[in-house]
Amino acid sequence: MSSNEMSSNESSYTKDEMMTVAASRELRDDALCFVGIGLPSEAANLARATYAPNCVLVYESGPIGAKPDVLPHSIGDGVLAENADSVVPIPEIFSYWLQTGRIDIGFLGAAQIDRFANINTTVIGSYEKPKVRLPGAGGAPEIAASAKEVIIVLRHTPRAFVEELAFRTSVGYLDGGDSREKLRYLGGGPTVVITDLGILRPDPETRELTLAKVHPGASVEQAREATGWDLKAAEDLGTTDPPSEEELRVLRHLRAKTEAANKDMQVLRNLQARIGAAREDGRK
Amino acid sequence: MADVVSLREAVAELVRDGNSVALEGFTHLIPTAGAHEIIRQDREDLTLIRMTPDLIYDQMIGSGCAKKLIFSWGGNPGVGSLHRFRDAIENGWPRALEIEEHSHAGMANRYVAGASNLPFAVLRGYVGTDLPKVTNTIAPITCPFTGEELAAVPALSPDVSIIHAQQADRRGNVAMWGITGIQKEAVLSSRRVIVTVEEVVEAFEPHHSQVVLPSVAVDAIAVVPGGAYPSYAHGYYARDNSFYEAWDPIGRDRERFREWMERHVLSTEDFAEHLESIQEAEVSWR
Repeated sequence: MSSNEMSSNESSYTKDEMMTVAASRELRDDALCFVGIGLPSEAANLARATYAPNCVLVYESGPIGAKPDVLPHSIGDGVLAENADSVVPIPEIFSYWLQTGRIDIGFLGAAQIDRFANINTTVIGSYEKPKVRLPGAGGAPEIAASAKEVIIVLRHTPRAFVEELAFRTSVGYLDGGDSREKLRYLGGGPTVVITDLGILRPDPETRELTLAKVHPGASVEQAREATGWDLKAAEDLGTTDPPSEEELRVLRHLRAKTEAANKDMQVLRNLQARIGAAREDGRK
Repeated sequence: MADVVSLREAVAELVRDGNSVALEGFTHLIPTAGAHEIIRQDREDLTLIRMTPDLIYDQMIGSGCAKKLIFSWGGNPGVGSLHRFRDAIENGWPRALEIEEHSHAGMANRYVAGASNLPFAVLRGYVGTDLPKVTNTIAPITCPFTGEELAAVPALSPDVSIIHAQQADRRGNVAMWGITGIQKEAVLSSRRVIVTVEEVVEAFEPHHSQVVLPSVAVDAIAVVPGGAYPSYAHGYYARDNSFYEAWDPIGRDRERFREWMERHVLSTEDFAEHLESIQEAEVSWR
């Protein structure tokens, strides 16, 4: 068994599977959930297939009530539009849906996070002469500001959990305490950060991220070593329930279905055949 | 009114050196054929505008077409980095690239202001982030009625916009459906408009979430089947995720990128030849 695998009773699972399952448990049924691509989208769709069959998934590309049967590769895959309740233009998504405070849960990933759950997705190094230029803001700043609550999911590494962000792209609790309230955002801020080692929650007073649970097999020391600030652990620190057989079955089925769908695609060949046929029709 | 012309004629006529150019399509209906034709015609000093630069702006930036980029998310969706975009910003290759970056909400509002012929748009956003420190097109503004502090962003009014749509009809109206993104606003905010389409039909059939752009909003229509590949055209072809993955090592290496562009874009006459050329080479990147 590799160091990435844990075992619980008969089943074994990876740290990433634990992270995705733990994130999926945070979603509520009937919640209007604004979903980022990658880890958040996988967790949200696992939730839709398990705990929260009625949650309404919103993607920034326009689908509201998306019901993808495989995991989307991009934020605007056709599978997101196909069975959606509605597909709205981009200005409506951001102005009418997000900016108004209608969204219950914003579900974000991040490249870097600090102790007050502020997020960097812009640069590593200086802005003018970056060491690594990251993709940038996308929808995240306004999701972080306006969703009633925010769930963040990312892998726990010293490069990600830093003492100081190179760039503050999206705001969690700013400088801690009541500093976020002074910005007069509509949304309440991050309620939980889920990693592959454990679950962090903001302290109710200081708003500093505090280790609330460790996943089975992970330790407080491990989490502290992977964190760039002096990570505090809750007094009543708990252990996350390992993924159930059912959670693992559904997650793996979802991944296998996605992989099979991608493998079968001969997009270019089919496209060329279609163009050739249209040309023939044109000649007739 | 829209004229139906070849894409080569449309770009030759309507896209000039130094123009601000918006090629829009949010993951869906990305106007790849339009981007390639601009590269083939060697346009320079362009200000490229697009919410999600994607592979097309990676190719245009790497080919030296751009002096400036206005954007909100510059990655290879589902894969990782856009390496030509990164190389230009991190190392100034093949030339220095000025950037002006926003959030998606900011970009969307800027297009809406442009389409509405207003000088700026107002939104709840940016406050508390570092973006206003590095982007001078974000400014605070006080509501004259409530005193509330909000963010103002200037209108986008591109010289040219290029989009890809599923269909045009005989009168030059344009129909697109599925995820229609920001294309309507990009078109209505631009001085000149080129639309590539999958096909021309006698009359449109109704589709869920359909947007129809009237002919009067469009200058040129070019029929380019497959023109959004490797992105997709809902109802026509799927997104080729394998191409997005294959682009990562091609875009990562300057020489490999140049060879690829030379062989599959610059040496091909048009998008149909480009598709044939990459299909012949498919084994090498799959």
